[in-house]
Amino acid sequence: MLVLVIAEHDNASLKGATLNTVTAAAACGGDVHVLVAGHNAGAAAQQASQIAGVAKVIHADAVSLEHGLAENVAAQVLAIASNYSHILFPATAGGKNVAPRVAARLDVAQISDITKVISPDTFERPIYAGNAIATVQSGDAMKVITVRTTGFDAAAATGGSAAVETAAATADAGKSSHVGSEIAKSDRPELTAAKIIVSGGRALGSKEKFDEVITPLADKLGAAIGASRAAVDAGYALNDLQVGQTGKIVAPQLYIAAGISGAIQHLAGMKDSKVIVAINKDPEAPIFSVADYGLEADLFAAVPELVRAL
Amino acid sequence: MKILVPVKRVVDYNVKVRVKSDLRGVDIANVKMSMNPFDEIAVEEAVRLKEKGLVTEVIAISCGVAQCQETLRTAMAIGADRAILVETPADLDLQPLAVAKLLKALVDKEQPALIILGKQAIDDDANQTGQMLAVLADLPQATNASKVDLAADKASVTREIDGGLETLSLSLPAVITTDLRLNEPRYVTLPNIMKAKKKQLDTVKPEDLGVDVAPRLKTLKVSEPPKRGAGVKVADVAALVEKLKNEAKVI
Repeated sequence: MLVLVIAEHDNASLKGATLNTVTAAAACGGDVHVLVAGHNAGAAAQQASQIAGVAKVIHADAVSLEHGLAENVAAQVLAIASNYSHILFPATAGGKNVAPRVAARLDVAQISDITKVISPDTFERPIYAGNAIATVQSGDAMKVITVRTTGFDAAAATGGSAAVETAAATADAGKSSHVGSEIAKSDRPELTAAKIIVSGGRALGSKEKFDEVITPLADKLGAAIGASRAAVDAGYALNDLQVGQTGKIVAPQLYIAAGISGAIQHLAGMKDSKVIVAINKDPEAPIFSVADYGLEADLFAAVPELVRAL
Repeated sequence: MKILVPVKRVVDYNVKVRVKSDLRGVDIANVKMSMNPFDEIAVEEAVRLKEKGLVTEVIAISCGVAQCQETLRTAMAIGADRAILVETPADLDLQPLAVAKLLKALVDKEQPALIILGKQAIDDDANQTGQMLAVLADLPQATNASKVDLAADKASVTREIDGGLETLSLSLPAVITTDLRLNEPRYVTLPNIMKAKKKQLDTVKPEDLGVDVAPRLKTLKVSEPPKRGAGVKVADVAALVEKLKNEAKVI
């Protein structure tokens, strides 16, 4: 039995989500192969070969794979799919974009966002914003899966020495093209990989206040910054900082929620954090029901005080 | 130019669902049902494109039980011109791959230039149908759209991705799935609800479309997620710092 992991990378380097996906793949049983489909992504392929537990890396290189266009990446996966019993993608924006194309073309169901492998054909996945956990069994010969990275430990990034094999790139589908990207440059840890996250909500009141209050605390803790949907919709924070059911799913060691009331959609994205701190002046805020430590206080006073006290 | 907008009837986003005691699913009896919020954004976007004069007809589609007619009426109250219900039995577990196949059959029939639908439904949180439809119909896709610019034979779509935004150019026909920031759906007004009642709503069956809708995934059980233990309130910032350092040991 062979299991294929589709690597998440930006050509220059491998993303952490790949490591958690490798762990999930190993739990499915069989040798784990990793596909790195990109352009000038040799360094990412090398990194993939170092992951503990990876038996082989398949590297496909083409200009048409540079930006991860779903049509082209899916075709690349499909070109080698028949060798595998399981194909796993991290449940990132990139993985979620491509996996269903692979599943539908293979005429198999996709199992989205798994948090546990019970057996090679049975998995756990959250539904209804994590308010219920479904145990599902696939009757299809091949399993196409996306992996919720917070459900699995990261495989060791080093210690492996897999061979890197080059695969012929499939042709450009030619129906879509990449026009441009606006990727926020930041020295902060990535939201989904951060050990500490400081998140702000609607109570911040403006983008200026969000930056003024949240940033110093994040700086002090070396933390990533997150936001509630309300804060993102109001323009206080960038969209890719949204934590929740339809945004990023995070599980850091420490999650500090400042001025976030705690709608179920937000809780869905952070309630697996190890320690949750809530700072809110509303004693009835639902966020307190999941917080290990609740501080009932005005965040505009409490957060700066916390920065000074650390 | 025609647009198809598939919409799903789901448990309203304000409802906190309860797992049934027999662990066979969540209890949706007597629970408020609504249009999946992402699909509502899709209908709104399609109607706005029509209002801009770029589109001639907006067709809403729903796959599911007879009550999905209500969801389709809502879509028509927002501004869809007509609707098609692919009616399936109440005891059928209708899954994304089957829905994508039903939609593909309707795409073949209606020949739309664009299909806009929600990026995911808030019940099964699968995030599959749009992408599956795209590959089955051999169309390009742009998921998680936050901006759509439509021209005669192309769509320029800005997508929300990890780390920021990217813009793709798709040749039409194409599939677009919506993210939260694409638009804010209008409130439906009573006159429009009345008007929607008179709009055309056709019902077909999966057999009519030649699609096998048998489920591929079997749900063995549905259970409650592990509960977090109740925490404590701390008196002030100093107490919080003390707890984080000495009890939780996370800083």
